[in-house]
Amino acid sequence: KQASCIQYRLVVRDANTLQILQLYTCLDQIQHLEWSADSLFILCALYKRGLVQVWSLEQPEWHCKIDEGSAGLVASCWSPDGRHILNTTEFHLRITVWSLCTKSVSYIKYPKACQQGITFTRDGRYLALAERRDCRDYVSIFVCSDWQLLRHFDTDTQDLAGIEWAPNGCVLAVWDSCLEYKVLLYSLDGRLLSAFCAYEWSLGIKSVAWSPSSQFLAIGSYDGKVRILNHVTWKMITEFGHPATVNNPKIVVYKEAEKSPPLGHLACPPPRVAAGPLTSSESKYEIASMPVSLQTLKPAADRANPRIGIGALAFSPDNYFLATRNDSVPNAVWIWDIRKLRPLAVLEQLCTVRAFQWGPQQPRLAICTGGSKVYLWSPAGCVSVQVPGEGDFQVLSLCWHPSGDSLALLSKDHFCLCFLEMEEGMRMAFGQRGDCT
Amino acid sequence: MGDWMTVTDPGLSSESKTISQYTSETKMSPSSLYSQQVLCSSIPLSKNVHSYFSAFCTEENIEQSISYLDQELTTFGFPSLYEESKGKETKRGLNIVAVLNCMNELLVLQRKNLLAQENVETQNLKLGSDMDHLQNCYAKLKEQLETSRREMIGLQERDRQLQCKNRNLHQLLKNEKDEVQKLQNIIASRATQYNHDMKRKEREYNKLKERLHQLVMNKKDKKIAMEVLNYVGRADGKRGSWRTGKTEARNEDEMYKILLNDYEYRQKQILMENAELKKVLQQMKKEMISLLSPQKQKPRERADDSTGTVISDIEEDAGELSRESIWDLSCETVREQLTNSIRKQWRILKSHVEKLDNQVSKVHLEGFNDEDVISRQDHEQETEKLELEIQQCKEMIKTQQQLLQQQLATACDDDTTSLLRDCYLLEEKERLKEEWSLFKEQKKNFEKERRSFTEAAIRLGLERKAFEEERASWLKQQFLNMTTFDHQNSENVKLFSAFSGSSDRDTPTLHSRSRQKKPHGVPSGSPVCTSKLTKSLPASPSTSDFCQTRSCASEHRQPSEMLQTQLQTIAIKQFNQRSEYHH
Repeated sequence: KQASCIQYRLVVRDANTLQILQLYTCLDQIQHLEWSADSLFILCALYKRGLVQVWSLEQPEWHCKIDEGSAGLVASCWSPDGRHILNTTEFHLRITVWSLCTKSVSYIKYPKACQQGITFTRDGRYLALAERRDCRDYVSIFVCSDWQLLRHFDTDTQDLAGIEWAPNGCVLAVWDSCLEYKVLLYSLDGRLLSAFCAYEWSLGIKSVAWSPSSQFLAIGSYDGKVRILNHVTWKMITEFGHPATVNNPKIVVYKEAEKSPPLGHLACPPPRVAAGPLTSSESKYEIASMPVSLQTLKPAADRANPRIGIGALAFSPDNYFLATRNDSVPNAVWIWDIRKLRPLAVLEQLCTVRAFQWGPQQPRLAICTGGSKVYLWSPAGCVSVQVPGEGDFQVLSLCWHPSGDSLALLSKDHFCLCFLEMEEGMRMAFGQRGDCT
Repeated sequence: MGDWMTVTDPGLSSESKTISQYTSETKMSPSSLYSQQVLCSSIPLSKNVHSYFSAFCTEENIEQSISYLDQELTTFGFPSLYEESKGKETKRGLNIVAVLNCMNELLVLQRKNLLAQENVETQNLKLGSDMDHLQNCYAKLKEQLETSRREMIGLQERDRQLQCKNRNLHQLLKNEKDEVQKLQNIIASRATQYNHDMKRKEREYNKLKERLHQLVMNKKDKKIAMEVLNYVGRADGKRGSWRTGKTEARNEDEMYKILLNDYEYRQKQILMENAELKKVLQQMKKEMISLLSPQKQKPRERADDSTGTVISDIEEDAGELSRESIWDLSCETVREQLTNSIRKQWRILKSHVEKLDNQVSKVHLEGFNDEDVISRQDHEQETEKLELEIQQCKEMIKTQQQLLQQQLATACDDDTTSLLRDCYLLEEKERLKEEWSLFKEQKKNFEKERRSFTEAAIRLGLERKAFEEERASWLKQQFLNMTTFDHQNSENVKLFSAFSGSSDRDTPTLHSRSRQKKPHGVPSGSPVCTSKLTKSLPASPSTSDFCQTRSCASEHRQPSEMLQTQLQTIAIKQFNQRSEYHH
């Protein structure tokens, strides 16, 4: 099923046919939408009003409203068992855990306002929460079944930026803000397993990703390199560089090229890095010969959060591939082979890569650049797919269906479902969107 | 000799012998000037000779010249020219013999002197040329020395410049390093200052937050509530439990269990990997040993140092192999032994390859005549073989690693791996079961069919018997009917020939029946009767008839039909006879 909301209406559709199954009305504009883990409930967060409304799919007449009142609301999410809602109040004063089963409410004080402060283990047993008290960072581990505090320990970070559980639920990765390169690895029982620091003084970690088997931890930093740590010694086994000139003959470089338009010779503007989305013309991939120089972006040196470094990292679900994006070469996506620890392919698009996501079952990478095309890469090759329809459909973000058969493409006002079928190719279905999950 | 000339210039007599003397005398002058003088003076020799010769001795001063010559000769050590005088007062007469001897002596002397002069002159020339040569060399060397001195000075100058540059660069580097250090210090101090400021601001912010929190809570906002239609059951259907110490302990236990499971799983994976790698290493070691051992004979011939150790190594390793296979544990000593032995083998292999390389280079220099050296082709072949083997080992290791990583990647859970393992066998088991069931079914079917066939056969037999019976009865009737008719062979024969081939049996049965004196005999249907009939046939009196009928019928019918007909006729006859008897 697929839910989307428009202003204050919540629309639930069937994922295959896009038929509207149910329609709910909320009190105000919905800012955030989330399915519960068992797909029985939908949470609609209305930040402006400080309200959370929960709808049931089994019983349409069931309703639930959580009012934070003057405490305000900045974030809301489900717990993995699908029966508790965690609301973060304004200014990160506290996190309230509301239970749908009982009338109990739990409060967690001093949560940390950072990029990724809450993380649940994959099996949903434990919650790790970043806290800050007296100018020091702490991590608390809660048992999700009864919300008991299991462990509480301080971390040796200056300013904790994020925490993430390993997929096996036994190791917690904690990393510092970009002013200091530091990754700390804690075991489930709170012991410090290892600390990793690649260099000092320069800007540090930008993105972190665990491999699905928990064997590797990929750390992308502002120096344009990805460092891979192994789970046995927690030491770096390799680092991947992202140079602007690709000279390695073993890498396949796919360059997106426009297919020449059939009518006349329009004066095509030369593709600039920050160019807007292309007009709906076909494009295809060409294999470029070595050496290939990619388009780079010179960052503004005097501004904060410069657009350099590895901004996005993702492992494929079968643990064989890693896709990365270097923000200073924003049009390109690098794909690395993890078995051999070497680069496999580079895809250079005509526009800046906005988002990419691996399919949940097979190693297929879907990329969108804000144009009207979605790009798919798999070990067999890559293809550029035009979103059909009139006018510009600017794909701003994308999201795979858990079965891996379809892909939701989101633009500003609309969304489109792309079905990947084995023999028949792809078909698309459209719908309107406000916010979509 | 120059003195000679100046003295003897005036008043010299010219005698033929003295001419030659003078000329030869003049040639003996050592210096080149003199020789020049002589040469220019030698041209107008004829003119001067006379003057010379006449200058010394003329006809007037013969005695004077003789006495002078005598004086000179005696001073030179020659014997006197005068004869031995008897008295001092009388004039001594010229001793011609002495004169001649003196002249000969003088000639010999002259020749010797000439030779010596020639030698000296040639030596002089040689020495002159040598000296010229040496002077040239000296000049050249002096030039060279100058140039090399200049060069040296130039190089020294350059060296000095480079040293200067080096020092400058070092200085620059030091400066840069100092600057970097300074900047780092600055950054560090700024960072600490910044952190301090941040902490201060954070504390302020926390205070504000606390205040705000207090205000928010104090307001006793009744709005903060949850409205829910009805409570939803828990996801797992169980009831919630109270928070007690027990639950805490339970949580701890669960957490530790999870951690332990993870560690155990990882340890298992690592042990597997270790075992695989050890196997590969051992195989490598064995292969290396086998590679090195056939080639040990050659090094032994050349009396190398390491042969003794090599042989002992092989023996040691063989012993180690057996030991390791027995243990096969991951204890420290076994691991060390394995790695040490592999390192040893590798070193031996390396040294061997190096030796071969050296030999190849020697062969290059010395040619192929050296017998101890292996030919280049053999050496190359050996190295190729070794390289191939090493590559194979590497590939094996790589494939093993890949397989292991595949296994590690795909196996994410203990349960799934065990399930997966069972799955493959399950398929086969099920297939086997299916085939078995099929087989059993087929067996049953076959049994059924067999049974049905036997039943059918029995039935057939029974039916046949019944049919035979009917036939027999029918025949019997026929026979009974036939007795009223006349004996017309052809008609009977025709009638009988209408029957099928089983009439053979019919007749004996009839026969047997008649013998047994039963009008309605039960058909025995046994072949015994036929045999009885056949046996009894020749004994019957109507054999002649049989032959006759046979011969006449042979033209028209097939032999089986004939036989049948004959038997029938016989039977009929007998039957008639019997019936007549009975009647």
